[in-house]
Amino acid sequence: MGKSLFQKVWDAHSVKELPNGQTQLLIGTHLIHEVTSPQAFGMLRERGIPVRFPHRTFATVDHIVPTNEVAEPYSDPLAQAMIEELRKNCADHGITFFDTNTGHQGIVHIVGPEQGITQPGTTIACGDSHTSTHGAFGAIAFGIGTSQVRDVLATQTIALNPLKVRRINVDGELAPGVYAKDVILHIIRLLGTKGGTGFAYEYGGSVFDGFSMEERMTVCNMSIEGGARVGYVNPDETTVEYLKGRPYAPKGAGWDRAVERWLSFASDPGCEYDDVVNIRAEDIAPTVTWGITPGQAVFIHENIPTPDEGGTESARDSISEALEHMSFVGGEPIKGIPVDVAFLGSCTNGRLSDLKEVARYLEGHKVNPRVKAICVPGSQGVSKIAEELGLDRIFKEAGFEWRAAGCSMCLAMNPDKLIGDQLCASSSNRNFKGRQGSPTGRTILMSPLMVAAAAVTGEIADAREVFGILEPAGV
Amino acid sequence: MALENILSVTGRAVYVPGDDIDTDRIIPARFMKCVTFDGLGEYLFYDTRHTPDGEPKDHPLNDPRHEGASILISGNNFGCGSSREHAPQAIYRAGFRAVIAESFAEIFFGNSIQLGMPCVTADAADIRKLATAVRENPETEVTVDVTDRVVRFNGGEISCGLRDGARQSLLEGHWDPIQDLLEGAPDVEALAGRLEYMRA
Repeated sequence: MGKSLFQKVWDAHSVKELPNGQTQLLIGTHLIHEVTSPQAFGMLRERGIPVRFPHRTFATVDHIVPTNEVAEPYSDPLAQAMIEELRKNCADHGITFFDTNTGHQGIVHIVGPEQGITQPGTTIACGDSHTSTHGAFGAIAFGIGTSQVRDVLATQTIALNPLKVRRINVDGELAPGVYAKDVILHIIRLLGTKGGTGFAYEYGGSVFDGFSMEERMTVCNMSIEGGARVGYVNPDETTVEYLKGRPYAPKGAGWDRAVERWLSFASDPGCEYDDVVNIRAEDIAPTVTWGITPGQAVFIHENIPTPDEGGTESARDSISEALEHMSFVGGEPIKGIPVDVAFLGSCTNGRLSDLKEVARYLEGHKVNPRVKAICVPGSQGVSKIAEELGLDRIFKEAGFEWRAAGCSMCLAMNPDKLIGDQLCASSSNRNFKGRQGSPTGRTILMSPLMVAAAAVTGEIADAREVFGILEPAGV
Repeated sequence: MALENILSVTGRAVYVPGDDIDTDRIIPARFMKCVTFDGLGEYLFYDTRHTPDGEPKDHPLNDPRHEGASILISGNNFGCGSSREHAPQAIYRAGFRAVIAESFAEIFFGNSIQLGMPCVTADAADIRKLATAVRENPETEVTVDVTDRVVRFNGGEISCGLRDGARQSLLEGHWDPIQDLLEGAPDVEALAGRLEYMRA
């Protein structure tokens, strides 16, 4: 019987069974940031335990960095204290830190792949639930709590139970104007926000075969929003091509050995899955959320649901609660709802290809004067190339603010926040109540181009109409 | 350092209704601008307990009759979203020692067990029964029995779910695995040495 990638990577990293029945799993690559690591370093100090494999932990700073001020000390003394704490912890323990002055700082899930640190067949952990992003390379990558960050620092291992594997096939061809973001929002809508609990999601099918690495990352990133701690795509030539020449990718003879090893981790044909889901690409349209969980989503041409549409009492309560928070009326179209803010960025959609795709259509358009629109590249690396390509000019001329790299308004642990009950068209990953910094703030998740369409029209709009993206002739 | 064997948790309980209560709601991100977990209990569910001006709102956790409760009851997919351990830390530091819900998000569940805070599941009808009992009489004594996987109250009991590994960790005092992990060091060295990408 063949094995899935999950089983192969799990087996290759299993140290032993622990007294409580869990597996002691070796974490090949550990990523840290300023929010969830300081307490872990504190716990090590308290117990006098050193960092065991400092060369396998990589740090960057992303959540708290302001995107509109570069000079330190930052206006927020708490943010300044956090960056300094991380600097000190990395220096004390000999950990590589992609600091703000290196040209490589950015959102941890953008930096890892960009540097070639994220590799197939590896285990990757980070105190951040969007670590699932790295699964795009065929790694088993997942978020951990701070006590587990301590465990990894101290032992390079954690205690974990294996997951079941659900294969999700998306076959066919996505229509123009339908993006990776729509694919994952659609999957979460179908399978629910807790459908993935206890599972790793293996994404495949012709759509994923054709996706770039950045598109694969967008989908894997939001696996956790569907309850799946891990989401991955099997490594292939696209993966290898992406990694070639990256700073941390193997070189010379080591490269050839690595490529062979990487590809060998792909799930064996005919391996058994715990569950299989098949989705037709043609059934997916541009998707937007209307509520307060990423699963509360509709196609752009659909109406907001009414509480009656909930199948159970708790589903009806959830719809009512969401409608109340969003100040929406069930049964009305989602299209045409006025927006106040447009946010383009985050570990979901703050990569170069996201900015390029938007810039391609945005040129010649202007942001509606009612809308505050910001574009936040996911890393200094993304900023640099985007600026070389002149994308910053296109965004600025259209009326977007062009910011420095960071998590920005995805979670508002920095000055970028919604005010009051502002409604934000956002390329980020969570529409939870209060997520974007104001307890009454409202978030609608969508693809980057849909954010641009909302920015330009001042309302939730169909990017295909706004930017004249037509179905190919004959379809 | 031997850990406590957690066989059961007994105390008064409070019901915070709702499905998909995410970790941003449990502890809003702005309270995570800190380098320790100290004081997080104070900010538990802050934005649902307070108006935007900081005035207390009608919320079960603001109800003085539930003050001192040590068992939290909620709905489906409790603790979804961010992996922030700040969420279970805030719950623990607010005085809670167990959570009963219809289901839990994966990362939250693991983080809670590692703190020695049992998270047990019960079906919707049983949760309603339990919630009604503690709403009607906040003094109701509730016991989460880890050994027998039941929740006892008012002389009766409901069955609850807790996966084997987590249950065993709690019962045998292995819920924080650091000591066991450290003891595996020679095996870790050997395995890491065999993986080319892990070499310095």
